[in-house]
Amino acid sequence: MSADTLFTGIRLIDPAAGLDQVGEMLVRGGRIADIGAGLGRPDGATIIDGGGSAVLCPGLVDMRAALGEPGHEYRETIASAAEAAAAGGITTLAALPDTRPAIDDPALVRLLRARGEETGSVTIVPYGAATRGCRGEELAELGLLREAGAVAFTDGTRAIGSARTMRLALSYARGFDAFVVQHPEEPTLAAGGVATEGALATRLGLPAIPAAAEAIMVARDIRLAGLTGGVIHFAHVSTAETLALIRRAKDDGVRVTCDTAPPYFLLNETAIGDFSTTARLSPPLRSEADRLAVLAALADGTIDAIASDHQPRDADDKRLPFAQAAPGGAGLATLLALTLAVVHGDALDLATALALLTARPAGVLGVEAGRLTRGATADLCLFDPEAAWRIEAGKLPGKAQNTPFDGQPAEGRVLGTWKAGRRVFG
Amino acid sequence: MPATKPLLSRHLLAIEGMHPPEIAALLDLAESYVLLNRSGKTQRDQLRGRTLINLFFEDSTRTRTSFELAGKRLGADVINMSVSTSSVNKGETLIDTAATLNAMNCDLLVVRHAQSGAPKLLAEEVDAAVINAGDGTHEHPTQALLDALTIRRRKGRLQELTVAICGDIAHSRVARSNIHLLTTMGSRVRVIGPPTLLPSEVEQLGVAAFTDMREGLAGADVVMMLRLQMERMSGGVVPSAREYFRFFGLDAAKLAFARPDALVMHPGPMNRGVEIDSAVADDPARSVIREQVEMGVAVRMAVLDTLARRQGRNER
Repeated sequence: MSADTLFTGIRLIDPAAGLDQVGEMLVRGGRIADIGAGLGRPDGATIIDGGGSAVLCPGLVDMRAALGEPGHEYRETIASAAEAAAAGGITTLAALPDTRPAIDDPALVRLLRARGEETGSVTIVPYGAATRGCRGEELAELGLLREAGAVAFTDGTRAIGSARTMRLALSYARGFDAFVVQHPEEPTLAAGGVATEGALATRLGLPAIPAAAEAIMVARDIRLAGLTGGVIHFAHVSTAETLALIRRAKDDGVRVTCDTAPPYFLLNETAIGDFSTTARLSPPLRSEADRLAVLAALADGTIDAIASDHQPRDADDKRLPFAQAAPGGAGLATLLALTLAVVHGDALDLATALALLTARPAGVLGVEAGRLTRGATADLCLFDPEAAWRIEAGKLPGKAQNTPFDGQPAEGRVLGTWKAGRRVFG
Repeated sequence: MPATKPLLSRHLLAIEGMHPPEIAALLDLAESYVLLNRSGKTQRDQLRGRTLINLFFEDSTRTRTSFELAGKRLGADVINMSVSTSSVNKGETLIDTAATLNAMNCDLLVVRHAQSGAPKLLAEEVDAAVINAGDGTHEHPTQALLDALTIRRRKGRLQELTVAICGDIAHSRVARSNIHLLTTMGSRVRVIGPPTLLPSEVEQLGVAAFTDMREGLAGADVVMMLRLQMERMSGGVVPSAREYFRFFGLDAAKLAFARPDALVMHPGPMNRGVEIDSAVADDPARSVIREQVEMGVAVRMAVLDTLARRQGRNER
């Protein structure tokens, strides 16, 4: 067991508990032992003084990240992803199953969990494949995958296109108390598309995906969730129309949740500029009106979580003509700083923003994380909310450098990350 | 050496962003090459000792031949490289190809590629001046320049004309380059086609969109037809060739809605009986389709000459 750590002069924020106060926290035996003021100075304790301005919050829970491992280790290994996650304050990470091979076998679920434990810095909660090989045809062994520790089921970056398959997945997963994550994109409308449909794609001559491709899939799956009583989660939602559908479904009592990622509330389609492939994402960057709708949905609670949507790519994946470049952006190390941009822009208050990175995704996933309560595992993130820095591809921790935010200034920086009481970053 | 950026680009990647004087200067120079070519004194030496590589990732006889002839008439060493898709499948990336060509000290690189933006990517990797000879559904700048030269010689101006571009606008790089060039020079551009072949929000390029040929052609000074790729039929975007010809093929009856002196243009190769009726295509009083081909060589000579001179200046 690691030695005691005493945080003092620290702004403690636990959005789930409504805690936001400057005080002290004692970590002992990997758990939060006490919170308050004047906790004393245990012998041999490491003292971390926040000077009254540094913030200590629960370690971030990233509910959507692709790891290169297994199968694409040239892009990212679990070790390099763990390094990036630690630098980003992330201590729990839900890993997508569309690897090579796909995570459609219980042994692979166990392997991923074990590989996470080996890092010592991040808990990997694996998604299981919803269908064998994430091919969208026959259901994977959801029960056995769940038993091995799969947190939920998805085909990752591939939409479950068949309505029948989605119905079966929602229905069957319900029996194992698990939800299904959809990449919401109607595949026949999206086929071949690389940019959102509109004037910019027209001008650049890029094959386009209409924003409606997302809403159509979301509308269908909300209906299927209603039909089956299953639980549906929509990943990286990006359009105003989708959010209106989800908002209404929540009001109607459908069991639906959703997440988004920083590119969808900080960037719009113009980031593509003159064929910049780092801005090639899936779903594609949308219009400014859609970006503003995503921001509004973060503030009003329609969106349940901000995920990194980390998709590691190497230089060769991106140094290609735009439509041939692999979609996706690196997002682990920048998740907190980019979310804080919205706080500095006054669109969200700090507690709401942190809830979207901690307790709310933990709640969706059903994992014990994202809280600062006595007795909880001491997964912690210490950050300076004001520190200014510049995001630079090539200088990010971890292997993947394909950030769509290259060269942009950021405000807010992780100072330290603790996993079960042990300092793993900073 | 002053750190100022050269006023003009060292590449020709797109018409979008070019200014009217730059376009006019290229057309003026091309005009002089038309006269020289017609005089029979075709051999020049502006590009002596320079290497021009025609790098075609897509089959094209016309454009490649036109650039080849333009380069040879200016005295360049011309090399044609047709990179079939199979060798791309062998694993060599566009960047590898660029590095190879760069090592050969190529001066002028003419690129055609099926992907929008590919010449821009190459331009970032090579020292040569890159000329976009058509990239995906993005741009085909020399086609727009040769169309402009053809129009200017016939109409005496590029301003205040009404130009109708008809057919598969969505998949046409020729349409995009022409839209940028003609609107930049002060003409009105209309696009006409079935809604499935009009790209989303095309009006934001500064054009008026029509789905009825008669309305779109009314009062037009110039009618530009586009080639309809046969795969559009198999892709279901257009039900059949005969239906397309009925509503969007240019025949004498539809042409009658345009001005009596309207020019008929086509970038070739034509699908006779699909987008254009032979009687119209071969009408010497209206069709300038063969003249477009002639202007193509002159325009490409002007582009090669201009970029080579900029290169020389930048090197000094």
